[in-house]
Amino acid sequence: MSAKVPVSVTVNGMLCQRYVEPRMHLADFLRESLGLKGTHVGCEHGVCGACTVVVNGEIVRGCLTLAVQADGTEVETIEGKSESGSIRDLQEAFVERNALQCGFCTPGILITADALLQYVPNVSREQIREHLSGNYCRCTGYHAIIDAVEKVAKSRQATAGGGSNNPGSVDNCLTARYIGKGVPRPNARRLVEGRGTYVDDVELPRMAHVVYVRCPHAHARIGAIDASRTLEMAGVLAIVDGRQLTEICHPFVGTLAHLAGMRSPPQHPLAIERACWQGEAVLAVVAESRATAEDAAQVISVTWDVLPAVTSMHTALDPATPVLHPSLGDNLCFHREIATAGTDEAFASADTVVEETYDFGRHTGVTLEPRSVLADFNPSERRLTVYHSHQAPHMMADLYSRLMRLPEADVRVICKDIGGSFGIKVHAYADDFATVALSVLLGRPIKFVADRLESFVSDIHAREHRVKARLALNRDGQILAFDIVDLTGIGAYSMFPRTSAVEGNQVINLCGGPYDHAHYRATLDVVFQNKVPTSQYRGVGHPIACAVTEAIVDLAAARLGMDPLELRKRNVMADDSFPRKGASGIVLEGLSHQKCLAKLEEMVDFPARRREQAELRAKGIYQGLGIAVLIELGSPGAAFYGTGGARIASQDGATVRLDPTGVVHCASGVGEQGQGTETIFAQIVADEVGLPMSQVRILTGDTAATPYGGGTWASRGAGIGGEAVLLASRQLRSNILELASAHLGRQVGQLDLVGGVIRDRTSGATLADLAELGRLAHFRPDQLPQGFQPELVVTRHYSQRDYPFIFTNGVQASYVEVDIETGFVKLLKHWVVEDCGRVLNALLLDEQIRGAVVQGIGGALFEECLYDESGLLRNGSMADYLVPMASEMPDIEVAHVATPTRSSALGAKGAGEAGTAGAPAAVMNAINDALSPFGVRMTSQPFTPEKILRALRSA
Amino acid sequence: MKAAPFAYKRVHSVAEAAVLLQENGEQARVLAGGQTLLATLAMRLSEPALLVDITGIAELKGISVSANRLRIGALVRHVEIERSELIARHAPLLALAAPHVAHAAIRNKGTFGGSLAFADPAAEWPACTLALDGELAMSDGAKVRRVAAKDFFLDLYRTDLQPGELLTAVEFPLPGPDRRFAFSELARRHGDYAIVGLAMAGNVAGGTLDDLRIVYFGIGSTPRRATHAEAALNGTGDSKEAAREAQAVLAQDLTPTGDLTTSAETKLHLAGVLLRRVLASLLSEGGST
Repeated sequence: MSAKVPVSVTVNGMLCQRYVEPRMHLADFLRESLGLKGTHVGCEHGVCGACTVVVNGEIVRGCLTLAVQADGTEVETIEGKSESGSIRDLQEAFVERNALQCGFCTPGILITADALLQYVPNVSREQIREHLSGNYCRCTGYHAIIDAVEKVAKSRQATAGGGSNNPGSVDNCLTARYIGKGVPRPNARRLVEGRGTYVDDVELPRMAHVVYVRCPHAHARIGAIDASRTLEMAGVLAIVDGRQLTEICHPFVGTLAHLAGMRSPPQHPLAIERACWQGEAVLAVVAESRATAEDAAQVISVTWDVLPAVTSMHTALDPATPVLHPSLGDNLCFHREIATAGTDEAFASADTVVEETYDFGRHTGVTLEPRSVLADFNPSERRLTVYHSHQAPHMMADLYSRLMRLPEADVRVICKDIGGSFGIKVHAYADDFATVALSVLLGRPIKFVADRLESFVSDIHAREHRVKARLALNRDGQILAFDIVDLTGIGAYSMFPRTSAVEGNQVINLCGGPYDHAHYRATLDVVFQNKVPTSQYRGVGHPIACAVTEAIVDLAAARLGMDPLELRKRNVMADDSFPRKGASGIVLEGLSHQKCLAKLEEMVDFPARRREQAELRAKGIYQGLGIAVLIELGSPGAAFYGTGGARIASQDGATVRLDPTGVVHCASGVGEQGQGTETIFAQIVADEVGLPMSQVRILTGDTAATPYGGGTWASRGAGIGGEAVLLASRQLRSNILELASAHLGRQVGQLDLVGGVIRDRTSGATLADLAELGRLAHFRPDQLPQGFQPELVVTRHYSQRDYPFIFTNGVQASYVEVDIETGFVKLLKHWVVEDCGRVLNALLLDEQIRGAVVQGIGGALFEECLYDESGLLRNGSMADYLVPMASEMPDIEVAHVATPTRSSALGAKGAGEAGTAGAPAAVMNAINDALSPFGVRMTSQPFTPEKILRALRSA
Repeated sequence: MKAAPFAYKRVHSVAEAAVLLQENGEQARVLAGGQTLLATLAMRLSEPALLVDITGIAELKGISVSANRLRIGALVRHVEIERSELIARHAPLLALAAPHVAHAAIRNKGTFGGSLAFADPAAEWPACTLALDGELAMSDGAKVRRVAAKDFFLDLYRTDLQPGELLTAVEFPLPGPDRRFAFSELARRHGDYAIVGLAMAGNVAGGTLDDLRIVYFGIGSTPRRATHAEAALNGTGDSKEAAREAQAVLAQDLTPTGDLTTSAETKLHLAGVLLRRVLASLLSEGGST
């Protein structure tokens, strides 16, 4: 620590004088010294833009400005801009256009956009993209953000500075049916004002901060630890190793019983004796501030005895490769084979067999809000409260209870606003358990907010696969059989509790999924290596299965001289052939590949594009069009994950209650990470009970207050959670009508409940409103008939019992231009047709799709965790791990086909992942289409300029 | 991560800065815009004991023209260059390059002098300064020393700045009527450091090229002037053959090193592509491609 110095800054018009350490950056000063939590910290190395604020009228990065440098300046934050109303038009436009999801990037983006509009009033779409290219958004895919800024630019032009400040018209029509309408998210309003509450925004009395000392080697024995230099450091509270935590927390094993034969050794909250990847936490340093804990961590010396590392998945099973976990005998985590009878014969007798091998780089999720946990164990009552940035609060409560030996009833997990999740936050990480165990050990609140640099080596990775694919066809293009061999490297341990075998398992379940073929064979090897564990990340296996399937179908089309669209039309499962099974054994309820392809043909003028492509080729410009048909599993059935022995609920519940003022409250086990879950639930409640959305309140993300449920994953929020809300709402409506009947002395059948009012079904006359009924039921039951007891709280649960999964389907197309001299790929346009059943809210749905598409594009073009030969990550920062930014992303056109699932009354299917599933395949096929004159094919993602040029050189 | 602790001192004159820098030696670092330094400190890649904040030194600010020189103070921020009419008129190459420097919020703080003193080989300003034949003025508080750009950039992140010296300004000769400028870079995402970039200046009179300065960045440990390519092009006009020849001799000018995703071989190839494209732009009317 260095001496504090005085600073005096005018923040949002108010003079603020504080003493600060010179090293404190402006974002921390605003957040910690002034409590202005709307400025978010996403990377702390100047890349993500989440901490953008205004200093003396100009936008700056809060993390690249010292508080002492701001001495004497005027600073404006999202709080000031919100209160002054100076960006209200932008904020309204963002809400109306759904140009935000998790909201973590939003204050920075709004402030950055406002700066642009002040300098360049007459701004083009391209300029907006370029100006915002320093602000990372993982959720939206940028399209809606550009739309919203463009709209405000135009309206500010029109009104010469004073934009329209009309609030949204969500609720103007009392009799509206909300389901199916593009209703903006009521909860987005607090996010555009920077009033969200993310875990790092929560501060508790006596709260301490933990920093983990992580292994700097891929594989090392932990030798002597010397923490003596921390003893004299003020503010350091405890240094704790893995052995100490075994007293508090059981070890855990990431296997599932239904994945026969899978193995993974026990893992501890902190590594004991040996660390198995660069980034595995070994030691906890607890201090009064994050900065002090980092200071202490830096002076602790650990003697690392470096061990041989298993780095390449390709040689992990070779006898010469060291065995990572000696107790297992080899490096195999899981092996599975699928084979239908007659596959060999199908290949032998086929007219055409094509074969290709595909490589997929490791990705990670890069949620803008890092993983965050604030554990508050109260020793007096032995009760644990954990504020968690997580998708599955009940799962975590169960795990904390069992691993820490606390009664589950005394464990509460609270998930407030979540700054992006995408599967990264559905797992139970060793450092989650360590943080909670430290709170139990020290009897005080402990906060762990992952630093961005440690996120890269401790958040799960995903998608490192090599897939060898073969496809057999008749000469008329009929697909006969797929043969798939998938190898995936999953890092040092199978992730707890969902395992690291599910991704590969899904790859072999899903390959060939859209197509009508009788024969299928697939082999999967899941191997350990000394790298960060991989596990479920948005799309789980789909982006790989879809890319492999669609790339090899394109290869076959080229071999047969057929149009790729035509080949797909001939082979997709017919819309009238459902329900049915796919060749891999998957059960499909009702898909619409034919309708989706027809819709795509309406959106994309294929003949015109092909003509344009040919004309440009003649001029040396190489454009390409790629198609990807996809299926996406969602709404997992009742057996998942319970059949494997994991206590993760497949069912979800909803409790709805009418309060004395006529407002209906709904509590659900499915939470919100920005997708719009809460809005959709409110739409369902409003329609099914019969009241305006303004009279509905939603509560999620608190295990003490919501029905037990699985949470948000596998695109189950609307399909499972929404159905529970629907069932509960219907029953509440019925109970309310009974109450009205008793009160009014009329038959239930004569009454209707619409817009929050009880009416005579025949005359339409108003008879009572919900506030009147609420008052009666709660305060004057004496006025109700003897023996009648109103029941105004209803809980219903739903688990999907009809199918293992409910499948969504769709088709995407990508149009690209490849600069054959530089290897650069320019994305010109992207189209999506998606059938996720009944469309509940297209405004929210379309941005789910666009965001997912861009996440998929990231994998296809930019993202890869690059390791060196010794197993060290070479690009673990936001400067070097390239996520998609606004400038390079295309506009994305979205359309829908609706085939509601019959397994629920709501009819909704999963919608959050199909975009990610199909985009890499579409982009890959578009690039290969563009490169077709050169006779080269790109098969290794990401498609970097280097790889494209190398391929062209070899042509 | 948070930076390791350091002390902070704001100074108001070059002399004051020089004293602190001389007293503290390697323990002290100069803080100007801080857009690179503070990220480095936050990663704990560097742990100075003292930051000397020079942003209060008035004499290091401002863009001016006197006689036949354009002077850019070391503290001039990227955004000022982007918007300056003097720059647009007298050093349009800088105006072409400015939008490629990181992002708006960074350009509002980062300084011209800071970028030159840090000497990131992938940064735009060192290459442009070399292409414009700039002269860098440095002061130790007592005497001012001037060094041509070609002698300033010594190696990776290493310059001719001596301990205790401060970069104060850069001066450029005003271009003649035939002088044209062109600029381009290949970055995978807008605002990222380029894989390869090229700043070019040259006289075009009667369709003939002369006095070319072709400077690459992102391709080695310092900005690299491609003198063989210049020689191949000087005296030629809009000639595909000359361009091809210049491309062919680039290998004598450049010895690229690969980065995380791009090999040395590919960088050399891309340098050739840029050469042709930027040259075409220079010959047409100058500009960025």
